[in-house]
Amino acid sequence: MTNNTAAHIEIRNLTMAYGSFVIQRDLNFDINRGDIFVIMGGSGCGKSTLLKHMLGLITPKKGDILYNGDSFVNASSEQQDAVRQHWGITYQSGGLFSAMTLAENINLPLQLYTNYSKSEIADIIAYKLALVGLAGYQDYYPSEISGGMRKRAALARAIALDPEILFFDEPSAGLDPISSRLLDELIVQMKESLGATVVMVTHELPSIFDIATNSIYLDANTRTMIGYGDPQYLRDHSDQVVVKQFLARGIEPKKTTGEY
Amino acid sequence: MSTKASGFQLIPDTTDKISLVLQGDWTQDQQSPDFSGLHSALQSNASLRHLLVTGSDLDEWDSTLMAFLLQCHNYCQANNIDFKTQNLPDGAEKLLEVATAVAPHQRPEDAKKSWLVSVSPANIIKYFTSSLAFIGEVAIALAKLVAGKSNTRMVDFKTFCYEAGPSAFAIISLVSVLVGMILAYLGAVQLAQFGAEVYVADLVVVGILREMGVLMTAIVIAGRTGAAYAAQLGTMQTNDEIDAIITMGISPIEFLVIPRILALVLVMPLLTIYANLLGIIGGGIVAGSMDISPLQYIHQAGGALSWTHISVGLIKSIVFALLIAVAGCRAGINSGRSSAAVGQAATQAVVTSIVYLIIADAAINIISQQIGV
Ligand SMILES: Nc1ncnc2c1ncn2[C@@H]1O[C@H](COP(=O)(O)OP(=O)(O)OP(=O)(O)O)[C@@H](O)[C@H]1O
Ligand SMILES: [Mg+2]
Repeated sequence: MTNNTAAHIEIRNLTMAYGSFVIQRDLNFDINRGDIFVIMGGSGCGKSTLLKHMLGLITPKKGDILYNGDSFVNASSEQQDAVRQHWGITYQSGGLFSAMTLAENINLPLQLYTNYSKSEIADIIAYKLALVGLAGYQDYYPSEISGGMRKRAALARAIALDPEILFFDEPSAGLDPISSRLLDELIVQMKESLGATVVMVTHELPSIFDIATNSIYLDANTRTMIGYGDPQYLRDHSDQVVVKQFLARGIEPKKTTGEY
Repeated sequence: MSTKASGFQLIPDTTDKISLVLQGDWTQDQQSPDFSGLHSALQSNASLRHLLVTGSDLDEWDSTLMAFLLQCHNYCQANNIDFKTQNLPDGAEKLLEVATAVAPHQRPEDAKKSWLVSVSPANIIKYFTSSLAFIGEVAIALAKLVAGKSNTRMVDFKTFCYEAGPSAFAIISLVSVLVGMILAYLGAVQLAQFGAEVYVADLVVVGILREMGVLMTAIVIAGRTGAAYAAQLGTMQTNDEIDAIITMGISPIEFLVIPRILALVLVMPLLTIYANLLGIIGGGIVAGSMDISPLQYIHQAGGALSWTHISVGLIKSIVFALLIAVAGCRAGINSGRSSAAVGQAATQAVVTSIVYLIIADAAINIISQQIGV
C-alpha cells in the first residue's frame, strides 16, 4: 500500500533547456495525492515543456522528478513504461490518432492493457465518450469533429484506463463556458472517484479558482517559479505583482492597505 | 480487500416496476456481467415502466459499473422507462449525471461512406475532370506569373531547386553509372557475337541520351521529390495551413504549386545532363574491362553523339518534370486530413507519376519515330 501522506510527485531542482536555451531553472515543488495541481504562467514560459519533462518525453538538463518517491528520470525505459501505464494524458494539440475513429482511439489502450471482452469495451467506450459529452460520436474521425470536440475526445482517451495521474495541457482551451464547466465537474469527479492526482496547464481563471487545490506560477522573465500555493491565496497574498495580476485578469492590484 | 462475486438481481415490486439490485465488486479484473444479460431480461417484460437501481450492496467499483449503468440508462430512455437510482456510491451518482448531461448524437445515414463507391465509373470520370481542372488552374497561374501578377515567391522557388537538385546528386550519380554499366554489358555480350564490340560505345551513348538517362532520373525524382511534394502539401492540409493561405486571399496554386513545378522543370534537364555524362562514363568503365581502349571508346562515342539525341532526352526531361510535379502537388492538395491520408497522397503521387512517365515516354518515342528524329 502506498503512503497517502507523502507527495505523489516531487520536482527537485529541475532545470529545463532546449540545447543551451534555458527555459526554467531550479524548480522545486511537490504534488500531493488527490491534488488538482495547476501550472500557470504567461504564454511561452515553459508550461508545456514542464509537462513534457514530467512525462519523460524530454530529459532534464539538471534535477530530478520523483513519482511515489522513486526517481523517474533515472529509471530504465521499461520502468518508465510501467509507471506511465497508470497515467492519462492529453496534449496541447490533442494527440488523437487522425487515422482512427474516436472509438478506435479509445479502444487502443483498453485493448492493450485490460482483459475486457469486445462488448464490454464497446460499453466502456460509450461511457467514456458520454462523460465528455460526445455520446454517439464513436464512428467519427478526428477530422470530422470540431476543435473543442477533439479536445474532449482526447480527454476521453486519456481516462480510458481509469488512470492514477491525469496530465492535461490546456484541456478547456477552445471550449464554451458550459462545456468548460462540465469538464471541470468531470475532472473533479474523476479525481474523487478514482482518487486520481490531476496535473494541468490552464489559463481559465474560473476553473483555476473553482477546482485547483494547489498551483505554481512560472515566470518567463526570471525563468523560474515565482508563486507556489493555493491560487486563491496567491491572488490575495502573493508578494509578486505579476502573479496577482495574472490571477486578477491583468488588472493592476490595489495597494494592499488594510483590507483588500 | 474482499472479492465478492459481482452481479445483479431483478426484484419485481409491482407489475410495471422493477428493482435492479447491484451486488459485490464491479471492477476491471472482476468477471462482471455485461449489459446483454439484463437487456434480454428487460425486453421480456413489456409492461415495465419504472426501473429502480439500488446500490447499497455494492463494494468496489470502477468504469465497468459506470459503463453498465450508462447502458441501462440509455435503454430506459429509448423505451420510455423511468430510470431512477438509489443508494449508489456518491461518485458513481455524479459521474452518471455528467455522462448523461448531453443527449447522444445520432449520426446521419448519408455521412457513412462505403468503400465500394470509390472505384465506380462516375468517380473515375470525376478524377479525370478534376485532373483537367487542376491542370487548367496551373496554366492560369503560370499565365499570371508571366504577366507579373502572381503571388509566387522567389525564395520558395530557390529552396525547392536546391531540394530537388543538388541534394539528389548522390543517388542520381549511383543510379546512372550503374545503368551505363548495365547497358554496356548487355550490348557487349550481343555485339561480341559479330566481333563488333567497339560499337558498344554507340549503344551506350544513344541508349543513355535518348532513353535511360532521363527515365532513370525521372523515376528517382518521382520517388524522392514527387512524394515529398505530396507529403508536404498533405501535411499542410491537415494543419489547416492551406485554409489559412486561401483565407489570406492567396491562391494555393500560385503560392505552393507553381514554385514546385518551376523548380522541377529547371532542375530536371540539368540533372539529366549530369546523369547522361555519368551514364556514358559508366559504359566506358565496362568497355575498358573488355579490351576497348579509353581512346577508342571516346572516339566512337563522339561519333555517336548528336544534338538530336541530346535534345530528345532534354525535351523528355522537361515533360517528365511537369508530370511528376503536377502528380505530386495534385495528390498533396487533394489529400485528406489524417496521417493515413497523407500517406495515401504520397503513394498516389509516386504511382501516378510513374504511370504518366511511361505513357509519356512511349508517346514521345512514337512521335519522334514518325517525324524521323
Ligand atoms: N522543440 C523546441 N525546441 C526549441 N525550443 C522550444 C521547443 N518547444 C518550445 N520551445 C521554446 O520553449 C519555450 C516554452 O515553450 P512551451 O511550449 O513550454 O510554452 P507554454 O508555456 O506551454 O506556452 P503556451 O501557453 O503558449 O502553450 C518557448 O520559448 C519556446 O520557444
Ligand atoms: Mg503550451
